[in-house]
Amino acid sequence: MAGFDKVVTTYEDAMSGLQDGMTVLAGGFGLCGIPENLIAEIKRLQTKNLTIVSNNCGVDGFGLGILLEDKQVSKMVSSYVGENALFEKQLLNGELDVELTPQGTLAEKMRAGGAGIPAFYTATGVGTPVAEGKDTRFFNGREYLLEESITGDFAIVKGWKADRYGNVIYRHTAQNFNPLAATAGKITVVEVEELVEVGELDPAHIHTPGIYVDRVIVGTFEKRIENRTTSE
Amino acid sequence: MALSRDQMAIRVARELQDGYYVNLGIGIPTLVANFIPDGMDVMLQSENGLLGMGMFPSEANVDADMINAGKQTVTAVSGSSIFSSAESFAMIRGGHVDLTVLGAFEVDVSGNIASWMIPNKLIKGMGGAMDLVAGADNIIVTMTHASKGGDSKLLEVCSLPLTGKGCIKKVLTDLAWLEIENGAFVLKERAPGVSIEEIQAKTQGRLIVPDHVPEMVF
Repeated sequence: MAGFDKVVTTYEDAMSGLQDGMTVLAGGFGLCGIPENLIAEIKRLQTKNLTIVSNNCGVDGFGLGILLEDKQVSKMVSSYVGENALFEKQLLNGELDVELTPQGTLAEKMRAGGAGIPAFYTATGVGTPVAEGKDTRFFNGREYLLEESITGDFAIVKGWKADRYGNVIYRHTAQNFNPLAATAGKITVVEVEELVEVGELDPAHIHTPGIYVDRVIVGTFEKRIENRTTSE
Repeated sequence: MALSRDQMAIRVARELQDGYYVNLGIGIPTLVANFIPDGMDVMLQSENGLLGMGMFPSEANVDADMINAGKQTVTAVSGSSIFSSAESFAMIRGGHVDLTVLGAFEVDVSGNIASWMIPNKLIKGMGGAMDLVAGADNIIVTMTHASKGGDSKLLEVCSLPLTGKGCIKKVLTDLAWLEIENGAFVLKERAPGVSIEEIQAKTQGRLIVPDHVPEMVF
């Protein structure tokens, strides 16, 4: 059992080995399903010159946005980076580089990276600024772009429940990019709301099998809502 | 009279069919969900990983883990499914979504669409729009026919950086329903009380006007 026991008990251990200049893949869509405590630990560590791959970059003062406050991020790979004034400022004055990537292409880059596929063809982005400098090829009369996959030195993931073996399930739409990031990190760290006994999760319903996961930590989460809309 | 936002949504809703899986973009496309005909089963796909999006929740049922692509809190209908972003875009890119409705800045006679970037203004990103227009066969673009300054948005060649190339066939503006065929906009329907001359004056790209162009009825 000890060989498969992925649980760590401190955030210091969870992010141990993170160094300046590394690439970090982060799960989450907007503020939904983000590994908020692992992000806070990266801020505490003051690691610099990071490349962050995440669909979005949080908001001012929460989520990945807090890593901008001390200029820890040198490059973001994202599909949408609105809602963040500090991000705009650092982008405009050249302190931050951004590689805007179509959302589906970004998801597939992580999926392919984790699956050992170095690149893939997609019709997304053909004839647009995204295609600049990329090889294209025709299949069955249609033009496709060659997109390279992404892997990271670290993947930081937010799950709902995990067991000690690192089997993870996600809750509702907090799944989003999390299982993809989980496959593509050299070191994959998952923080969850609840640790359950090995054998408790239905094997057929596991979203991220433990083989992808290196560390599991249990956290408490604020789960801030970005856009609260109700029927009332 | 130009169509209201609700009238535009009502007109788009007439294109729905029973059993359709539909992706609705932000803005007017979102309103289409309010006009799904009674007795028709339509499932809404939200690109963050939800097939079967429901209404906004009651105050008591707000859940931070349950959002749509606009990051709004939502519910899921009975029979829905939830999955990863890669799975979501496999559906989109793989052509499994029956109808996609989205907004745009410009469309041209070659079916090109520009909807995400205005040079020298702040660029927020394309989100899922490039995947949606590349993956869908059946797309309806909704937008105003001309800018507030009177500049046409239906062009011979898009002036802004593209979201997708040669992928648009149907456009609903506040003045008209048009389809793109053989390098031209074909005027299919006009808004009630809007003259063909007004539509011609506000369409910069090549426009074909058939002998009879019916007025929409609401």
